[in-house]
Amino acid sequence: MKDMVEGYTTPDGRQIGGVLMELKNITLRFGGVVAIKDISFDIREGEIRAIIGPNGAGKSSMLNVISGFYVPTEGEVWFHGQKRPAMRPYQVARLGIARTFQNIALFDGMSVLDNIMTGRLTLMKSGLLSQAMWWGSAAAEENEHREKVEKIIDFLEIQNIRKTPVGRLPYGLKKRVELARALAAEPKILLLDEPMAGMNVEEKEDMCRFILDVNDEFGTTTVLIEHDMGVVMDLSDRVVVMDYGRKIGDGPPDEVRNNQDVIDAYLGVAHD
Amino acid sequence: MTDQLLYATETALNGLMTGVMYSLVALGFVLIYKSSGVFNYAQGVLALFAALTLVGIQKGQVPFAHLINAMTGGHLESFPWQVPALLAILLTAGVMVIMAIIIEKLVLKHLVNQAPIILFMATIGLAYFLEGFGDVMWGADIKTLDVGLPQGINETIETVTGDLFGYGFFIDNLDLVATLVAVLLVTALTIFSQYSKQGRALRAVADDHQAALSVGISLRFIWILVWSIAGFVALVAGIMWGSKSGVQFSLSLIALKALPVLMLGGFTSIPGAIVGGLIIGMGEKLFEFWIGPLIGGATENWFAYVLALIFLVFRPQGLFGEKIIERV
Repeated sequence: MKDMVEGYTTPDGRQIGGVLMELKNITLRFGGVVAIKDISFDIREGEIRAIIGPNGAGKSSMLNVISGFYVPTEGEVWFHGQKRPAMRPYQVARLGIARTFQNIALFDGMSVLDNIMTGRLTLMKSGLLSQAMWWGSAAAEENEHREKVEKIIDFLEIQNIRKTPVGRLPYGLKKRVELARALAAEPKILLLDEPMAGMNVEEKEDMCRFILDVNDEFGTTTVLIEHDMGVVMDLSDRVVVMDYGRKIGDGPPDEVRNNQDVIDAYLGVAHD
Repeated sequence: MTDQLLYATETALNGLMTGVMYSLVALGFVLIYKSSGVFNYAQGVLALFAALTLVGIQKGQVPFAHLINAMTGGHLESFPWQVPALLAILLTAGVMVIMAIIIEKLVLKHLVNQAPIILFMATIGLAYFLEGFGDVMWGADIKTLDVGLPQGINETIETVTGDLFGYGFFIDNLDLVATLVAVLLVTALTIFSQYSKQGRALRAVADDHQAALSVGISLRFIWILVWSIAGFVALVAGIMWGSKSGVQFSLSLIALKALPVLMLGGFTSIPGAIVGGLIIGMGEKLFEFWIGPLIGGATENWFAYVLALIFLVFRPQGLFGEKIIERV
């Protein structure tokens, strides 16, 4: 953990790389409400980074800052060693930052396959004209993307619902399709906003396995928000703990678990 | 065949041709509805505006001539040139794209993530604005539009049917052209929306703005694209209607006929717009032919709406509309 430039090795022996994204002194205010107060942390290549904290701690706001849905009032986001200028969400997505939503945002009228295909829009090159005219590379390109998407479908074990309109799926499967769509973008950073919220035990275990497998197989850097402490401790390499918009802990799960501030926040000790 | 049956067949065919005209207007509605979930009340006015602009450019009219004359006391009327039809059509298409960009910048940009009803209200405002704007820009007089499309009775059909049945059918050449154009347009649009990158992005934006942003789709680009396409379809509809019955402000009222067409065909289906148009076109002509005389005629004014009402009761999503799925 000492060497912040070279990366570190996890207890289970995975090699974590250098800093991919750095959040510097992020503050986010809505009118008089301070959602995030002067928070800094980094995200390293290949790691699973969790953000935890009680309800209303500002976790989702933090994720929205990273994905460009919110513009921080103060502070800077550094990506690939460069300061990221103010960007719209779709521009951030084009940088290779894919996300899922707490309340699921899928295209209900489209099939599972089409939903996942939209994830690859940022990677498609054919211009408007050749697409419209079905010229040259457009058809070949479509097939190529289709193959990649089929791999993800196999990986997440959703082959049997490929053609089903997403609106008809149960909640747990929708969450999985949303993950598939984010993965289809071959993201440099994958942001998961409460991927296990509202799931039963079995679905949670599945989702845990998928997140670990994705990280293992593709080396995807993952940032996730989660309520369930047990899940977080199992999954993540490093944890940021937030409470009332402030950062109260940052480190490997074991270290964070024994942090007095964190214990207080979770057990509800009164703030003075 | 009996005479009665022959007349009926001719009426049905002509009805189908009128139906194609309805379909052309309905298409524009479907496009915007499909891709942004907005019922675009301004589509009919868009067709009118396109037709006005086309005539104006073709005849070398000076835009805003009345306004300029009133302010300067001059007597401007038209430029000393005529623009060839094809060039005028291209220029008008360009104007429609510029229109789409302006609509996005001034109206839609500020309404991201708003309820569809708000956007619907915005298009009503847009319709009135455009109608007035078209008036100021090109004048309110009825204009004839001639871009060189064949008009008048198709003699081949008349001769052939005359030889076969002893009665020559009257089919207008212009209607045949309209049918051909509609077929081409629908094929192109279907392929575009189903199989292209932008088509998929378009459907995505219609479904969920937030999710669309998260996969890297620029809402603004898609909206400009959609309104440009809708403007182009409006131009085609404007050319057809304008060639048939002159460019006049009642053209925007034809858009209202597209409403029952859409209820029949389904608001989200391009083929639905076509089939709906055909059914209504043929239905109202045949109804007038058979039932009309029994109840005093003039049934064409209301037949379409009654048919649409019946459909609303039994199949609210229309013939081809997406089934309404609601999980509870």
